[in-house]
Amino acid sequence: MANLLSLFKTSGIFHLTPGMVIMWLISLTLIYLAISKQYEPLLLLPIGFGILVVNLPLADLMKPHEGLIWRFYHYGVQWEVIPPLIFLGIGALTDFGPLLARPGLIFLGAGAQAGVYVTFFAANAMGFSVNESATIGIIGGADGPTTIFLAAKLAPHMLGSCAVAAYSYMALVPIIQPPIMRLLTTREERVIRMKKLRKVGRLEKLLFPIISTIVIILLVPAAAPLMAMFMLGNLFREAKVVERLTNVAQNELLNIVTIFLGISVGATMNADNFLQAKIIFIFCLGLFAFCVSTAAGVLLAKLMNLFLKDKINPLLGAAGVSAVPMAARVVHKVGAQEDKKNYLLMYAMGPNVAGVIGTVIAAGIFSTILK
Amino acid sequence: MKHEILAPLAGKIMQLNIETGGKVEEDEEAIIIEAMKMETPIYSPCNGTVKEIKVKEGDTVEEDDVLAIVEE
Repeated sequence: MANLLSLFKTSGIFHLTPGMVIMWLISLTLIYLAISKQYEPLLLLPIGFGILVVNLPLADLMKPHEGLIWRFYHYGVQWEVIPPLIFLGIGALTDFGPLLARPGLIFLGAGAQAGVYVTFFAANAMGFSVNESATIGIIGGADGPTTIFLAAKLAPHMLGSCAVAAYSYMALVPIIQPPIMRLLTTREERVIRMKKLRKVGRLEKLLFPIISTIVIILLVPAAAPLMAMFMLGNLFREAKVVERLTNVAQNELLNIVTIFLGISVGATMNADNFLQAKIIFIFCLGLFAFCVSTAAGVLLAKLMNLFLKDKINPLLGAAGVSAVPMAARVVHKVGAQEDKKNYLLMYAMGPNVAGVIGTVIAAGIFSTILK
Repeated sequence: MKHEILAPLAGKIMQLNIETGGKVEEDEEAIIIEAMKMETPIYSPCNGTVKEIKVKEGDTVEEDDVLAIVEE
């Protein structure tokens, strides 16, 4: 009997805590949302599963130097390897053509970072440390890999919750953004048709990744890991001579690192770490950041219209957040609700890709200042 | 009078809802194009008869390519 009891004590069941069971429920909710609602399934599925396995007692998957997922996390995320590799893939997938055709729209990508900075100060005023505040603020950029990159540097204890918040809001872009966009624009503004984009030549597309790498890294050296890989991926794409590398960057490599990123992020969310009152604030502030970014983008577009001869549709401002291409799709759909023959998608891709660059620069600025 | 249905954006032809010789109505979703993983309908510019369809499902088109010709 005593043997049986000691055997029982070595099993996980004996060490189960209520917090762990709550985390199982959170895990199952994310897995459900990924499978049933298809909310960012490529990430929420491995994240959800990561949460589940790290909340199984005695499994020690995140035990430093020993646990399997700890190794993925340590060498992949803490060593800042995976987010730049994701950016290599995103670079290979991104067409900067719409941005180059109308470079003025880059301001919308910059304006939509307002939420990041506003939330940084708001979080700080609410008692979060400066490092934590920067990590929460960056959620407003709606860029998962950048959020993870910055969290790993500044506030690793909040990495899981900030990443889940960022990916949740990215999935909820079609629900969160349209009401704000409609509230801040009139019907007349929403039906503005954009002037045709000019054709962008091959040389411009080739020079863009090279020149922006030089300029951005000279200005914000801390953005180098993400920016260098992002632009290398884009150079692969535009060079059109390394199709094998372009394909592997945007498909196989991106998919492989996504698996390791997802499970690692999920595994940072153990019950002790996650179940704190702070978490609710992180999610609320993240949402606030995202809403402010959307609003700032739209308002900036309206401001630009005061000075522009060819008016821009202010809905495009909402695409300044870096959820690519979800935010651009939302702009297109909201525009099409008013005028179904108004095709805003490609115009919205300009500020959308500018938003990615904007968020990376914001992360670079934070990690430089807060080193 | 002949009208052209032009591609409003670059993408892949997902679905053709028209056939040569068939009738088409203005504002009818004539062709569905996929761009940025989103399906976007392209509408006929007028009521009329489809004279010619220049693309087939699965084709990649550039902006302003002529997709079909409709006679009013």
